[in-house]
Amino acid sequence: MAALTLAEGGCPSGLAPAEDRDARRADPAAFVRRDAGGRDTLELLIQGAKCAACIRKIESGLLALPGVSDARLNLSTARLRVAWSPGAVAPAAITDALARMGYGASAFDPAAAARQVDEEGRKLLRYLAVAGFAAMNIMMFSVPVWSGDGEMGQGTRTLLHWISALIAIPAALYAAQPFFRSAWTALRARRANMDVPISLAVFLTLGISIAETLQQGEHAYFDGITMLLFFLLIGRYLDHRLREQARTAARDLLALQSVTASRIGPDGHVVAIGAGDIMVGDRLILASGDRAPVDGVVEQGVSDLDRSMLTGETLPQSVRAGGVIHAGVINLSQRLIIRASARAQDSSVAELARLIEAGEQGRARFVRLAEKAAALYVPVVHSLALATFVGWMFGPALLRLAGLEIADVGLRIALMNAVAVLIITCPCALGLAVPAVQVVATGRLFKRGVLVKSGDALERLAQVDVAVFDKTGTLTLGKPRLVSTVAPDVLRAAASLARVSRHPLSRALVEVAGPGVATSDAREIPGEGIEAGGMRIGRRTFAAPQCADANDGAAELWFASGDAPPVRFAFADALRADAAQTIAALRQRGIAVELISGDRPVAVEAAAREAGIAHWVASASPSDKTARLAALRAAGKKVLMVGDGLNDAAPLAAAHASASPGTALEASQAASDLVLQGAALMPLVEAIDVAKMARERALENLRFSALYNVIAAPLAAAGFLTPLIAALAMSGSSLVVTLNALRLQLNWGRS
Amino acid sequence: MNIMIVLIPAALFLAALGLCAFFWSLRAGQYEDLDGAAHRILITDEEDTPI
Repeated sequence: MAALTLAEGGCPSGLAPAEDRDARRADPAAFVRRDAGGRDTLELLIQGAKCAACIRKIESGLLALPGVSDARLNLSTARLRVAWSPGAVAPAAITDALARMGYGASAFDPAAAARQVDEEGRKLLRYLAVAGFAAMNIMMFSVPVWSGDGEMGQGTRTLLHWISALIAIPAALYAAQPFFRSAWTALRARRANMDVPISLAVFLTLGISIAETLQQGEHAYFDGITMLLFFLLIGRYLDHRLREQARTAARDLLALQSVTASRIGPDGHVVAIGAGDIMVGDRLILASGDRAPVDGVVEQGVSDLDRSMLTGETLPQSVRAGGVIHAGVINLSQRLIIRASARAQDSSVAELARLIEAGEQGRARFVRLAEKAAALYVPVVHSLALATFVGWMFGPALLRLAGLEIADVGLRIALMNAVAVLIITCPCALGLAVPAVQVVATGRLFKRGVLVKSGDALERLAQVDVAVFDKTGTLTLGKPRLVSTVAPDVLRAAASLARVSRHPLSRALVEVAGPGVATSDAREIPGEGIEAGGMRIGRRTFAAPQCADANDGAAELWFASGDAPPVRFAFADALRADAAQTIAALRQRGIAVELISGDRPVAVEAAAREAGIAHWVASASPSDKTARLAALRAAGKKVLMVGDGLNDAAPLAAAHASASPGTALEASQAASDLVLQGAALMPLVEAIDVAKMARERALENLRFSALYNVIAAPLAAAGFLTPLIAALAMSGSSLVVTLNALRLQLNWGRS
Repeated sequence: MNIMIVLIPAALFLAALGLCAFFWSLRAGQYEDLDGAAHRILITDEEDTPI
């Protein structure tokens, strides 16, 4: 296969649709970095790459560009690294080439890309490998000791114990570091977590086993302790992977919105810079379709602004020189030149960040299931171990006082039995029970396009009983849709004018009219409308001043052609296709639904009626939304907030659980627990179902662990425990909880 | 039982070799792109194509 057909867009295997090649993309020039070898490099996030043929198409397609010396696509993370000799090719040519092949590409901020390496995960894998190595090799010595019971000489047994000790001591001290560290942090804060009994068990078991080996005794638990660490580290690693995966996916979503700006230098040259590099007083070009990266003041130009992300308001607002622009608004019609009045991190978003932080503090009080279990478990196990020691140490003396003939068992046996309790009840199953379930559940949801940002998000989601929706961009697509019926020839004529504009109403009109030509001499007057020949389309006051105001609150365009009576085009913000279905499904699950929007009452009422929501509030400010959430919480409700705009960020953070669509602004995505990656809302219902099932499984696992401990602990306290039973019991219980977690996947596949 | 003097070090040596190999592969970044590695074997290099 020599030549690749570049004409055909997207994945050659048809696993992903071709990306829109005309979609607006940020200029990647701001993110180019010089590497050690003197080459320019760029990291891009690729959308639509799914298979081997994609790898080949992308890599060979880029290597064919002049000067490109290296192109490597990581299919797992969808990240592409390109290197070229400086000046040989423009960075924008690389994204253009990818767009021609049918793949979307967004540049990564080099600083963010450098943080990508998962050091913590690698470390955990290393601990895991060491613990696994030690457990398996010690088992090689333990099996002969158990099976050779009675036949093996004492000398051979002690030799095998010594070799086990030589492996187990360094391996356990190395591999248990994450537990030691966590236990130490907890103890310093005067709290006890699950890692305290684990660390204690590691030290006590190693100590008692060494003492036993020195005395040429029978019971050494070197195999048990390394196996325990191995299983616990698996749980730890799963938990870590879960969080890391969510973090990476969240960062990827943000990279898709990566903001660059065009700065006009003192010499008049325009340079592409990252949003973080904008200084106060910089003059920036805001082309039509761009989102303002910082707060600023308009210096030149007249245009319309889409403020829906900030306020939920669907109607555009016109702006002219001297007008104030807030970070996050989208410039709709004409190019503007603005002067930055704040840096990106100090822009109006910063005020919201404070609100978000305040909201999250409330959520931090949530106690995870595993923590609740640990809080019960730790004191019980420790007192049981202590009771065992005291009982064996002083029990015989007490019984002698009662007249029975019993000899003392001595310090060694008492200590051995107390440690046996600590080992056998050690939370192998407990440490795996919750993370295993959450990994399976989030994995399922991830495949369905729902990104779960943390394990406890699932736990909180399972408890919600009220869902509060935002309107613009959440329940609706955030895009106007033509609702009035007009004659086809009028529509055609109006569309020929509308094609010259980026205004959302014009675009909605053109979408209905289908492909066609734009009128060549059309002139757009920002804030008013479009004019060509004897035709005008736009505001009522511009196109049809003689007509009466319809006054129904809908977004409208008026079209006048010559002497014919003017025609009114009314628009409504279209609901997402499955909005009503989602609301009904939530109701069916006993979850009450409310709609709170910053938009005008007419628009909100229409949307609420169509979606089937009885309770709605319009013209709500962000603090109104937060107040409503607080009222619901005070009434004992667990609220799920679903929103997308900057005005939703604070309520999202304050709610018990929260979700936002993938089109939401970064602040909102950062504040929410779930991100829905597609256009559909139904996955939200699926997420609630999975969360409930996961909670069920996790509880089941915890119950099983409790049952196991109830049986095993008395056996250990009574002194019946041998290293063989300990090894069997621990691995058996871990297997059971893991298999039970995997059952979640089976159940889900069937329904 | 004298055979153990040979067998135990041999077994431990082999296991340690495996551990070292794992560390090396971890450091060499072989766990960075598991999906990509699975797919890349399907790509035919141009030089390998039979005439």
